Amino acid sequence: MAILVDENTKILVQGITGSFGGRHAQLSLDYGTRLVAGVTPGKGGQLFADKVPIFDTVAEAVAATGATVSAIFVPPPFAADAILEAVDAGVDLAVTITEGIPVMDMMRVRAGMLGKKTRLIGPNCPGLVTPGYGEGSHGGCRIGIAPGYIHKRGKVGVVSRSGTLTYEAVWQLTNLGLGQSTCVGIGGDPINGTSHLDILKMFNEDPETEAIIMIGEIGGSAEEEAAAWAKQHCKKPMAAFIAGSSAPPGRRMGHAGAIVSGGKGTAAAKIEALRDAGIEVAGNPSDMGQALVRAMG
Amino acid sequence: MNIHEYQAKELFEKFGVATPRGKVAGNAAEARAAAAEIGSNIVVKAQVHAGGRGKGTFKNGFKGGVHLVQTPEEAAEIAAQMLGQVLVTHQTGEEGKLVSKVMIADAVDIEKEYYLAILMDRESRSPVIVASTEGGVNIEEVAEHTPDKIFHQVIHPLLGLQPYEIRNICARLGYSGDIAKQFGKLLQGLFKLFMDCDCSMVEVNPLVTTPDGRVLALDAKFDFDDNALYRHPDIAALHDPSEEDPREVEAAKYHLNYIGLDGNIACLVNGAGLAMATMDIIKHCGGEPANFLDVGGGASQEQVRNAFKIILGDPKVKAILVNIFGGIMDCDVIAKGIVAACQEVDLNIPLVVRLEGNNVAAGKETLANSSVPLISADTLADAAAKAVRAISV
Repeated sequence: MAILVDENTKILVQGITGSFGGRHAQLSLDYGTRLVAGVTPGKGGQLFADKVPIFDTVAEAVAATGATVSAIFVPPPFAADAILEAVDAGVDLAVTITEGIPVMDMMRVRAGMLGKKTRLIGPNCPGLVTPGYGEGSHGGCRIGIAPGYIHKRGKVGVVSRSGTLTYEAVWQLTNLGLGQSTCVGIGGDPINGTSHLDILKMFNEDPETEAIIMIGEIGGSAEEEAAAWAKQHCKKPMAAFIAGSSAPPGRRMGHAGAIVSGGKGTAAAKIEALRDAGIEVAGNPSDMGQALVRAMG
Repeated sequence: MNIHEYQAKELFEKFGVATPRGKVAGNAAEARAAAAEIGSNIVVKAQVHAGGRGKGTFKNGFKGGVHLVQTPEEAAEIAAQMLGQVLVTHQTGEEGKLVSKVMIADAVDIEKEYYLAILMDRESRSPVIVASTEGGVNIEEVAEHTPDKIFHQVIHPLLGLQPYEIRNICARLGYSGDIAKQFGKLLQGLFKLFMDCDCSMVEVNPLVTTPDGRVLALDAKFDFDDNALYRHPDIAALHDPSEEDPREVEAAKYHLNYIGLDGNIACLVNGAGLAMATMDIIKHCGGEPANFLDVGGGASQEQVRNAFKIILGDPKVKAILVNIFGGIMDCDVIAKGIVAACQEVDLNIPLVVRLEGNNVAAGKETLANSSVPLISADTLADAAAKAVRAISV
């Protein structure tokens, strides 16, 4: 097992004919992921990479191929519509890679998703990877934009708000011989679909996951909520890192969600909450892998 | 994105949010004409994106960015003292801000000051209206000392502002009768403005009642969602680049995410999270980062080149740390970009490069074989330590 997706999961890509979506769809195919359909309105009937059928609508793609997960690469002005289309088509998981979606759009999308079965991951996220068992973790399920080869199948669950910082953590783990069950990037936007806590609960219940590393950053209180829950309920060793302890208050550090305002969302407060929950906190970003080794004792 | 007070006033007028009469002026003659239209009891306010204007001082020695006057002549005189001058307040830093516009407005008599704001709340994923009977002061202080004097009303994202919610807020602020009616209209206008213009925050501080029975928004602070500006060209046009760090304006042209800081070790990183973490580790090693710079998860050679130019344009920078995790990107492409940039800009300060990821061996070889005198590092910790050491010798 792993969480959310495994090597048998069938995925479709919305925005597969765009340069960004197409490039990463190809990389997922190369990784051995079961990419079974693409969706681009007006391009139904064509093929991607000479083998993956393209449909005009998500509903058609799901009906024809049985895909249960959609990876969304649609540009920001059309992304909210694309997410709602995936929700209406009844996919289990909508992973939204798109960066730069207006917050109002995400607010309405989240409100519109209430009571639906679809889980949203992202937006503005690198996606998720359940590594495969082949060389360079080939044969896994890669949804999004993470480099597949840095992974290794194993027992560590990884959850993070960022992209390259997650790769850094995964790479440190892989080099220490610690493989991963699933690596989830939840995204750096202020309103997103899935929180640190949601993923933490899944890792806690997943029999394959034996340890968890959580990478957060300044802004909001998602890390504190996850820490409070972990203190009471988490059965597995945990390590964490919080980026942004040197960031000036009031400035948005790249990610729209990464801002310290009104004295809230500081790295110091988050680190204190994590330590209070018995979580091993990495003192600097070079120490993320080692922190998990210490947590596992 | 922020806007000026006079621009906020124009938005208020458009959305029916009651506010004192006022006009913007770019020279003394315009100030005189605007003041003549308003009559007596006039306030002249310097237009800069910073708080504390009233207590600020101009670099020419003139005191105060907010003045009360009685005649058009006085208004013109005060405007002439402010325009073209640099105002320093507790929020501008020592360098201050150039005043190129003043606002001439009706100085209304105030009975009582209140606080009113609408903001996008990430916890409830909804707009939240924040109101308080304690206006005109720093709301963070009110929140700390007397939190029960601040009232929050969460608004449903799809249903919008309901009449009962307005009644709730009126009850908390002590409004009834005609004042409640006027406030209801003001709040409806403000909420519509917030939603229609993709605001992330609009803060009215103070909201005032007047002895003659009016409710007015006296001052406003806006923050717009940058991601939504593409659908509001009229608001995007209000952007005033002279209010921003010129390095940040330059970086934005090349789609680089740059924030200037006060340290002397510049960093160039791909990805926002890793960029923050790189600043953190510089500090952890005893250095001070000169900037936050994210060239994007998939940086191009061209972006790396422009990023170098911006970094080297900052005279405070004494060393550069490049940290690239080439996930999908080919590290060799990045390495070639670094070498090309260094040759072009005539690098004369220490450069520490840490490359990791895809095709890293070829990238390191490109760096080693180049004539650029760079310091190569293997891990993030190694890179930060080397950068700090490079400036301490």
